Amino acid sequence: MAEMETSSGGGHKKGPGVKKGKKLSTRVDLTPMVDLGFLLITFFIFTTTMAQPTAFKLLLPKEDVKEENQNQVSEEKSLTILLAGNNHIYTYEGKLDPKTPKVATCEYTGDNSIRSVIIDKKNRVREKFGTDKDLVIVIKCYKDANYKNLVDILDEMQINVNKKYALVKLSELEKIIIEQSEGLPSSGSTESSKK
Amino acid sequence: MGRAKVARKSTNIDMTAMCDVAFLLLAFFILTTKFKPQEAVPVVTPNSVSSKVAPSKDICLITVNSDGKVFLALDDKARRADLAELIIKDKKINLNVAQFRDAEFIGCSFAQLPSFLNIPSDKRKGGSPNIPGIPCKDSASNEMIEWMRLVKQVYLGKTLNILFKGDNGVKYNVFDNVLESFRKNEFDRFQMITNPESVPEGTELWKEFKSNKSVTKELDSEN
Repeated sequence: MAEMETSSGGGHKKGPGVKKGKKLSTRVDLTPMVDLGFLLITFFIFTTTMAQPTAFKLLLPKEDVKEENQNQVSEEKSLTILLAGNNHIYTYEGKLDPKTPKVATCEYTGDNSIRSVIIDKKNRVREKFGTDKDLVIVIKCYKDANYKNLVDILDEMQINVNKKYALVKLSELEKIIIEQSEGLPSSGSTESSKK
Repeated sequence: MGRAKVARKSTNIDMTAMCDVAFLLLAFFILTTKFKPQEAVPVVTPNSVSSKVAPSKDICLITVNSDGKVFLALDDKARRADLAELIIKDKKINLNVAQFRDAEFIGCSFAQLPSFLNIPSDKRKGGSPNIPGIPCKDSASNEMIEWMRLVKQVYLGKTLNILFKGDNGVKYNVFDNVLESFRKNEFDRFQMITNPESVPEGTELWKEFKSNKSVTKELDSEN
């Protein structure tokens, strides 16, 4: 039906003696088409963005919270995490004694990881008070700490389902401790302490 | 000798079925693909277990790249134009509103804005040295406070999602200065953009996921 009459003789009918025009196959070679199809598929697979970025919320405490109020948490129910540069973490529980400040060090991963410290603290609070709901984790960052460090710690809060945590500024004493243990020159009263 | 003749089989394969599958897949990928917008400021974000997808509408995105340069971007062009007019009024700077509206991001101080906007948009990349970023290095010259104040005015009474996108290597003092600008303008909630990560096995969150409790939802609603 869709074929065109191509014989040059044209006009006269094909009789029994006349040679028939060769019947052309209707099959098309699909290989190039498949090639092209897969090429496009590969292109779209590579350019597509399946994983969308996620986000997590952070609430900022109001500015006018007084320092005295921050320390009202019972000593046994608080854990302070200090983040310093070079992926160092210092932790202490309760209040820091100005005369003999004692901080423990830990790592982001490994045996002495911050996660095990938090889990350990949670277990102790749970044993003593029956619930770990009142555990408050205070996160403080030294100016050299990376943003990744902070996000990792905030992530630990989610991983360990710890609902009470706060990002607070370093106190002068904590700053001195970090600078001493990191072997940094004391920066004195800089902007971060004035705030 | 009577040797059994093996019928010679054609080596041609019918491609139709394969072709069908190929194009079905092609159609799927064409329809599901969402092109990654060309990032003006390349940033490697940290990972988190958060499973909430970052909002993509009504956003004010603050990006800090690995050099500690701070950039500000609004997604809505109409809001950008509003912001430009506000800057002209508030800062007495002569700006081309159309240029400002079409700028993907802002990465300079108020004083440098006119020259920043004159850089052709294809050359305006976050990493290039002639783009200084919004000055935010120390609290004395923290221009982010001013920027956020203007953004707040522009979005007054409208929904605004503040997103922070920081590079892994950003130092905390830069982040703190950006936080300062949020605090000063009473933006008390914002979201940090991260890459999704699987929850480590054996942890409490993992256990709660196992027992089909949507912990993250609970956490989010509390926030």
